Amino acid sequence: MAKITMTVNGRQVSGQCHDRTLLVHFIRENLGLTGTHVGCDTSQCGACVVHMDGMSIKSCSTLAAQAAGSEITTIEGLAANGELHPVQAAFKANHGLQCGFCTPGMVMTAVDMIRRHGGQLDEATVRAELEGNICRCTGYHNIVKAILAASAEMGGARVAAE
Amino acid sequence: MYETHYHRASSIQDAVKLKQAAGEGKYLAGGMTLIPTMKQRLAAPTDLIDLRHVSEMRGIKVTGKTVRIAAATTHFEVASSAELAAVCPAICGLASHIGDPHVRHMGTIGGSLANNDPAADYPSAMLALDATIVTDRREIAAGDFFTGLFETALEDGELVTAITFEAPAKAAYQKFANPASRYAMAGVFVARRDNGDVRVAVTGAGSSGVFRHKGMETALSSNWSPDALANVPVDASDLLSDIHADATYRANLVKVMAKRAVAAA
Ligand SMILES: Cc1cc2nc3c(=O)[nH]c(=O)nc-3n(C[C@H](O)[C@H](O)[C@H](O)COP(=O)(O)OP(=O)(O)OC[C@H]3O[C@@H](n4cnc5c(N)ncnc54)[C@H](O)[C@@H]3O)c2cc1C
Ligand code: FES
Ligand code: FES
Repeated sequence: MAKITMTVNGRQVSGQCHDRTLLVHFIRENLGLTGTHVGCDTSQCGACVVHMDGMSIKSCSTLAAQAAGSEITTIEGLAANGELHPVQAAFKANHGLQCGFCTPGMVMTAVDMIRRHGGQLDEATVRAELEGNICRCTGYHNIVKAILAASAEMGGARVAAE
Repeated sequence: MYETHYHRASSIQDAVKLKQAAGEGKYLAGGMTLIPTMKQRLAAPTDLIDLRHVSEMRGIKVTGKTVRIAAATTHFEVASSAELAAVCPAICGLASHIGDPHVRHMGTIGGSLANNDPAADYPSAMLALDATIVTDRREIAAGDFFTGLFETALEDGELVTAITFEAPAKAAYQKFANPASRYAMAGVFVARRDNGDVRVAVTGAGSSGVFRHKGMETALSSNWSPDALANVPVDASDLLSDIHADATYRANLVKVMAKRAVAAA
């Protein structure tokens, strides 16, 4: 057991864990942040996606020890002052979820995708970028719609701010 | 996953020393192959030596036509490097189709080469670009590096530190991805030099891993066009057969991917 420290959703946290402990288990079990899910054992489903130093990663395929000293953002870190993040709001408005199991990973993926493409997204790009996220319910259609809506809104907001 | 000991290396020298001191240790780069393998208990290294924080092992340097990619550079960094795209867009395109965005944010070129998965994308680029694999102790020509399925010329504890190559006049990579895993069922990298030399490397299809196709190279060096490949035979007897595709189907895919790559270059 070793003590590791990292910043999660803006707050410095530490916890005792094994060197083999996966980041997702550290987040869920040590920190009690259960929004990040485990949906597979093959690194393919993306239910576990969080951001490490600003980039989307699969927390089921990363050790907590690898993340020591880094900045992690989980789904719990998106909403500010009780207001949904624009991507969360777009998933709600566009019915981009059914059972909700894949949703935290989908939303974290979408936030990363929109950041990298600077609000310039089209349907084909969104679908290609969702390669690492599996949804068993929605058929993806409304997820794609939600991401495009959020991207347009956030891109629009950026233009308005400039 | 079995118990292991995590170490974070600060330099190339430090990484090699940590590995020497470890029992059955392994280098850990992006972990996108190693961690899933450890989760399935198919690997049980006593120690992991993390390379992600070794700054001399990260980054891309382009000097004229000479390219140097440090081994712990991620697929995402290769895919989005404007400097690299200016001299060899084919390798950026290849990196942008590895796995998914999250895998590309962590996975590295050095890890992919050391692993030498017969369906991995990068080995074909290394062979076709006649790249050199630089390690902590020597330089290995790509042609001597890939020795079989998941086998390389690396010695115990040898660390890949970078790869280098001269950008070709034209190059392209086309893969037919397995619809579920997105690994190559057949991937072909073609490269043509200013002096007319052509290299064609095939991944995903060979039963002993990545290989060069001399017949297609000869045909393309006298006529650089997709049509030149029409009558070049692709021998199915050395190709993989599995539930996704049998060897004759893969042989056809190799031909089609090669034609598409030449058309795209
Ligand atoms: C869902 C998913 C989809 C994928 N799809 C593709 C795909 O389409 N195409 C593809 O090519 N790959 C694919 N991959 C594999 C991915 O590209 C890996 O990143 C890559 O194979 C290994 O790189 P890594 O940096 O993650 O290495 P690690 O997993 O950290 O290490 C792999 C092996 O290499 C050794 N090693 C690592 N770095 C070095 C070094 N510098 N010197 C010596 N040894 C070293 C390690 O000890 C280990 O044995 C996929 C992976 C996943 C999880
Ligand atoms: S739980 Fe991480 S990819 Fe499925
Ligand atoms: S909403 Fe149920 S898995 Fe996506």
